[in-house]
Amino acid sequence: MSNPISYAFKKAKSEKRPALLTYTVAGDDSKKQSLEILKSISKKVDILEIGVPHNTPVADGSQIQTSSYRAIKNGIKVNDIFKIVKDFKKFDKYKPVILMGYYNMIFQYGENEFLKKCQISGVNGLIVVDLPWPENKKFASKCKKKSIFFIQLLSPTTTKNRLKKIIKNSHEMIYFISMLSTTGGKLKVSSKEILSNYDKIKKINPKKNVVIGFGITEKTIKSLKKADGLVVGSAICREITNSIKKRQNPVTNVYNVVNRLKNKIK
Amino acid sequence: MKLKKGIPVIDQGDRLGFWGGKFGGNFVPETLKKPIEDLEILFNKLKKDRNFINERDKYFKNWVGSPTRFIKLENLTEYVGGAQIWSKVVSDANGGAHKIYNATVHCLLAKRSGKKVICGDTGAGYAGKMLSMAAKKFGLKCKIFMGAKDIQRQQPNVRAMKKNGAEVIPVYSGSQTLVDAVSECMRYWVANCDKVAMCVGSTVGPAVFVRICGWSTSQISRELKTQLVNEFGSVPKKLKLYNCVGGGSSSFGFWNEFMDYDKKQCEFIGVEAGGPAKSKKHAAPLTYGSKIGILHGAAQYVNQNTDGQIEETESISAGLDYPGISPLHCFLKDTKRARYTAASDEEALRAYKLVTKFEKLRPSLEPSHAFSVAIAEAKRFSEDTIVVVNSCGDAYKDRAIIERRLGKKYV
Repeated sequence: MSNPISYAFKKAKSEKRPALLTYTVAGDDSKKQSLEILKSISKKVDILEIGVPHNTPVADGSQIQTSSYRAIKNGIKVNDIFKIVKDFKKFDKYKPVILMGYYNMIFQYGENEFLKKCQISGVNGLIVVDLPWPENKKFASKCKKKSIFFIQLLSPTTTKNRLKKIIKNSHEMIYFISMLSTTGGKLKVSSKEILSNYDKIKKINPKKNVVIGFGITEKTIKSLKKADGLVVGSAICREITNSIKKRQNPVTNVYNVVNRLKNKIK
Repeated sequence: MKLKKGIPVIDQGDRLGFWGGKFGGNFVPETLKKPIEDLEILFNKLKKDRNFINERDKYFKNWVGSPTRFIKLENLTEYVGGAQIWSKVVSDANGGAHKIYNATVHCLLAKRSGKKVICGDTGAGYAGKMLSMAAKKFGLKCKIFMGAKDIQRQQPNVRAMKKNGAEVIPVYSGSQTLVDAVSECMRYWVANCDKVAMCVGSTVGPAVFVRICGWSTSQISRELKTQLVNEFGSVPKKLKLYNCVGGGSSSFGFWNEFMDYDKKQCEFIGVEAGGPAKSKKHAAPLTYGSKIGILHGAAQYVNQNTDGQIEETESISAGLDYPGISPLHCFLKDTKRARYTAASDEEALRAYKLVTKFEKLRPSLEPSHAFSVAIAEAKRFSEDTIVVVNSCGDAYKDRAIIERRLGKKYV
């Protein structure tokens, strides 16, 4: 059986648009609420990235940190995250789900046990922010055996030689970090420059689905439409924070943001 | 797991930067792979370069002030009874603590790499203060990340940093202490690694930072070895080296030159921060059997919950208030080369009282932890045992805490 992630890219391509990927933190701001958010945005989004909150995140900016701390404070545990995925999959069986987080959470759970749980609950891919290549070789191949995509990250600082090696070792989807920044940074380089880096990656292997993330908002998303997929994270986390502040319903507000994002890349 | 002889411990890591196959490494975002590799290449080249070593030694001698004193604590020895108690007064170094060695080397490396800005983390404020001094000396702009709680409790060092022209950036996330300062500093580096050099303030972080720091602070044991030979004619037959351990930079530097000696001759004792006697929180992952986890780019023993969330620590000493510990110390623990134990806040304060009562020495709260254990154990040792405590920081920064806890007369 092919991975639903591949199907999601195929479908987006057939509609001549990039796939839309969203990132929300599991348990933000409660287990129930985060599941409701996933359900509500599901029909607008091609692939759902779900953040596994960690309390020393070295690559996340303030928006995702706030969401993560909030979720941890509200008691989210790794097992709850698997439950959220499982419950979500009951609602929308074919929507691809990727878990994104830091390696210590997987390490403590045990790599094999973690992957087993991923498989049972219906996780289709993993992004591990602080497990770069070649350190991730062993874990990535374990993922492959379980038909879970291990998604390699590439950055503007990745050297050409390294690009080639990582792409060669990658599964079908690759995540390109648009600029030197933590998540949620303001886009400080032109979309032209980002796309030129993106082209370099595509040239090495056009078959890989390359998504661009970091700094993507309602304002910037349109300019990067050419990519195979675009990830929006911090802008959504910010919306949840604002909704809580204004005592509004985060589920509706996040849906509206995602809807607007989708309309911009149609 | 084995410690090799004849090879510096900092160079005993494997291809991926793991000591003993499991401590250290480079658990970093992809963006940092290249800058870390660049720094590795630069450091590996320069540490073999005679000119660079001469330059380092010149600054260590003329600017840091080397050697720092090695003194016998006569009165304390007499009071305690048992072993001879000596101290290596590393707080003599310019700025008042061992952090100056690592800061100087990082600034020299930054200059060589053409970077104009350097950023760093700090807990007690010493790493930040020294980095700000060195940055000023070498004409670099300096940004220091410091937990908001630490800013409050270590004001003298904050003032010093600002006076040196550094920008002090308060970190409000998490526990607002060192662990969050290091995270925030790494985040800043992720976003600015093309223009900015990073200095990690201890023997923690991705492998190359562990190595650079250990290489720098080893100056302490180089000096001590010479001083021991001058004093006793050779390295004593029964030598015990006590040092506090937070991240582990001063202790590693204090022990490094003696690594190849049999531990029956040169014993290493690391003293972690046990926290308040009545609290369950501590900063002593080695003593209290914390599990291996990943923190700030390296695998190490670290205080964490079963899920892998890093736990908050508690210690009177900001410099030891860190949930993790250098991979080098994990390696020394598991190879049984060093022995680790902990002292509580109260024990450290009692040791501070004793030392300042008997000697003209004012160890900061960090080395007071080491003094506490050294004093307790020295009683049991024979007179020909040489106990040396690294007094790696000066208590000036702790004035407010000491006044509050012990009263004005101890300040």
